[in-house]
Amino acid sequence: MSTAPKYRTAARRVRGLGAARTGTGHFIGQRVTSVALLFLTIAFIVIVAGLIGRNHAAVVQIIGSPLVAILLTLFVVATIYHMWIGMQEIIIDYVHEDGSKFAALLGNSFFCVLVGAACIFGLMRISFGL
Amino acid sequence: MAQVAKPRPLSPHLQIYRLTLTMAMSIVHRITGAGLYFGMGVVAWWLLAAGGGPNAYAIFESYIGSWFGCLVLFGFTWALLHHSLGGVRHLIWDMGRGFEPAERESLTLATLIGSIVLTLLLWGIGYLVIGGPR
Repeated sequence: MSTAPKYRTAARRVRGLGAARTGTGHFIGQRVTSVALLFLTIAFIVIVAGLIGRNHAAVVQIIGSPLVAILLTLFVVATIYHMWIGMQEIIIDYVHEDGSKFAALLGNSFFCVLVGAACIFGLMRISFGL
Repeated sequence: MAQVAKPRPLSPHLQIYRLTLTMAMSIVHRITGAGLYFGMGVVAWWLLAAGGGPNAYAIFESYIGSWFGCLVLFGFTWALLHHSLGGVRHLIWDMGRGFEPAERESLTLATLIGSIVLTLLLWGIGYLVIGGPR
């Protein structure tokens, strides 16, 4: 039999709701991706700047080269994760009504996965000529 | 003694404070982040169009080459640079450095000026590469 005092308030026990306990992981993930994106954004800008004024054939050839394709893929993956956490943070800050909050969070996840999939598919099609 | 129900204390929000540079740039960091979020849709369109062939790419180019497309692209460039430089500032702050009044002001001002200068520089270079107006 436990003699430990009950610190939990009535409301905490009744609702059974606390922190989701995933916040620290998101905090760290946001910073890890931000450091990665610092390098990958520079790569992205250099790549896009190098494509200015080139025709379609040249653009496809350059994006499809291994180093450029890998860097752009990493840029997309890191960006999608970073923007997913970022938008989630914005939604949680401003949307307080449960229904619209869950709808917004779901919409955020769907949008990020859709944009990420489209970018990756585009890159694969350029690289492998599907 | 009867307890009168009092509303829970809330920390004051934006409208209570005098607008400072760090606060304004914090808001801009969030706005540019949200802008880039939707801007990634354009990146997806660009990659899909390039993979789709010359016709799909020509359609993309006609949209992005219009004055409105260029405006979006210019805004995306500035937002990307401002958010990146702001990110560096936040990483410095995360390490517990740069919090002295003069330091935080100059760091914040540097991200603002740096982002504008770099954006104009990039577009200037791009303009020279394509050889002026087409």
